[in-house]
Amino acid sequence: MKTLRDLLRDKRFAFGFTVAIILVILSLLSFVSPYDPTRWNVVPRDLSPQWPHILGTNSMGQDVFWLLCFAVRNSLILSLIAALMSRIIAVIVGMVAGYRGGTVDRVLMFFSDSFLVLPLLIIIILFASMARSRLTLTGLGLLLGIFGWAWDARVIRSQVLSLRERDFTYTAILSGSKTGSIIFKEYMPFLIPLIFATLIGNMSWAIGMEVTLAILGVFNLEIPTLGTMLKWATDYQALLLGFWWWILTPVIASILLFISLYLLSVSISEYLDPRMRIQRIGRA
Amino acid sequence: MNFVKKYLLPRLITYFLVFFIGITMVFFIPRLLPTDPVQRTVTRVRAMGAYLDPEATEKMMESLEDLYGLKGSVWEQYVNFWKRFVKGDFGPSLFQFPTPVTTLIMQSLPWTVGLLLTTTILSWLLGNILGGFAGYFSNSRGFKILDFFSMIIRPMPYYILSLILLIVFAYLIPIFPLGGGFSIGSEITFSLESILTLLKYAFLPALSLLLIGVFTWYQATKLVVQSVKSEDYVKYAELGGVKPQKIAMKYVIRNAMLPQITGLALSLGQIFSGALITEMVFTYPGLGTLLYNAIFTGDYNLLMGISSISIFVVTTSILVVDLLYPLFDPRVRYK
Repeated sequence: MKTLRDLLRDKRFAFGFTVAIILVILSLLSFVSPYDPTRWNVVPRDLSPQWPHILGTNSMGQDVFWLLCFAVRNSLILSLIAALMSRIIAVIVGMVAGYRGGTVDRVLMFFSDSFLVLPLLIIIILFASMARSRLTLTGLGLLLGIFGWAWDARVIRSQVLSLRERDFTYTAILSGSKTGSIIFKEYMPFLIPLIFATLIGNMSWAIGMEVTLAILGVFNLEIPTLGTMLKWATDYQALLLGFWWWILTPVIASILLFISLYLLSVSISEYLDPRMRIQRIGRA
Repeated sequence: MNFVKKYLLPRLITYFLVFFIGITMVFFIPRLLPTDPVQRTVTRVRAMGAYLDPEATEKMMESLEDLYGLKGSVWEQYVNFWKRFVKGDFGPSLFQFPTPVTTLIMQSLPWTVGLLLTTTILSWLLGNILGGFAGYFSNSRGFKILDFFSMIIRPMPYYILSLILLIVFAYLIPIFPLGGGFSIGSEITFSLESILTLLKYAFLPALSLLLIGVFTWYQATKLVVQSVKSEDYVKYAELGGVKPQKIAMKYVIRNAMLPQITGLALSLGQIFSGALITEMVFTYPGLGTLLYNAIFTGDYNLLMGISSISIFVVTTSILVVDLLYPLFDPRVRYK
């Protein structure tokens, strides 16, 4: 709680946090939605925003507001799956590479470098376009997780490298601790904040990827997400027909989501870096 | 000699290994998945209403397997895939049959390379110089405004930013064309008018790549400069009465730029992916739009061709950046 209060003193964190809370509430609202998001023609078509359809309705006869609730929920779930999956890989690779060093380190870092420099979008598109209709929300999440770990593995590795040289590591080794217990008991407390900060950054990446894949039509368009919502709107020429509420809703929602996740991750990683924290408190 | 051994050779080896991994991934991904491109094409032909008797189907599947390079054991296919790659032969495209995939790619590649080269170099230079000054004069008000914009634009995916630019500058205030690379039906010549049209069509795609690029470099450089600023030699220069602009340009930014060159090499893959997305939004006639058509029409050969060529282009440009690095860093040159 004290950490949260400290963080909230940062205006950027306060803004990001508020927006994130609003979006989470939106996604929770989807559980009480009066409409099924996969069914069409449940409300009159093409209505501009008015009561009871506060964000209007689209050309498929769906209520834009309730569709948005489902879209935000699914996008968040997807990004969480992707981010958790890639955290697992990143932590394992980063820890093993950092702790073992030598050839293991070089081989693992070579792989993470390859994943960094290759145009992953192309490879993910290749994957998704072949698996297209079979791809579920979880499936896409795991797929993105498998590709999104490289940079964060490097970050975790460099942290482990510096931890390994500290005195307490030698104390632990000399007092007979096993490698596993050193890593989980001694290093984890240092790594958890770092993992958390990179998790938020990775979520934002995964949502962006989902939007891109949906627009390309290589993701299951039956599942309402921010990307598929945008895809339907552009496919129905919502802009040219003047249905601005249909296309602007997912655009604005995703912009808010990206900015809020970014601000959260920036302010948290600054908070974790004590030098930056002192600077900030000095300014405030 | 030492330079070759310590710098050049490891870079070349990494280049070939990364390239090898990329192409191998492109080869194996379609084969690991349960979908069969041959079966899919046959189903598509059937769905279009063509009647095929079993014998014809059999023959068609055989020739499709041949076209797609799916004959023989996986190992034979793999060797064949490399052979075809070296020869630059990816078979005919299906959605523009019988044009070879290579011809299609060669038509779009110059557009993508032109767009990418200009925007990447421009955004790298602009972002570094702006970020350098912002980091050096970090209390100035003008840079606070830039900070604010970078906070908003930086996290946006390429697609969303391009879409916003398209909505604002081609739809709400129609000063730029909605899409395409050149006015339809006219030829590209070296006249002034022709070049202006070319620039007009390229402006919005380039602007979206530039905005994201500039602000990404801006933030990264700003952080590096803030730490370089506290180095002893900067203090010494200040005490020696060197003008602040000169310190910023010559001593701080120049040093801070070096890690940014490595950063450029590392992020080329992402920049390339971003360019593809931007091209699709503006239907700019580059690789991105070609890729979109390939996905849309289920053109397997074209998809494989674009993926392989993209990996080749990206890894090679990373190698080029790596090889240029010693020009900027005398420490590597004299090792």
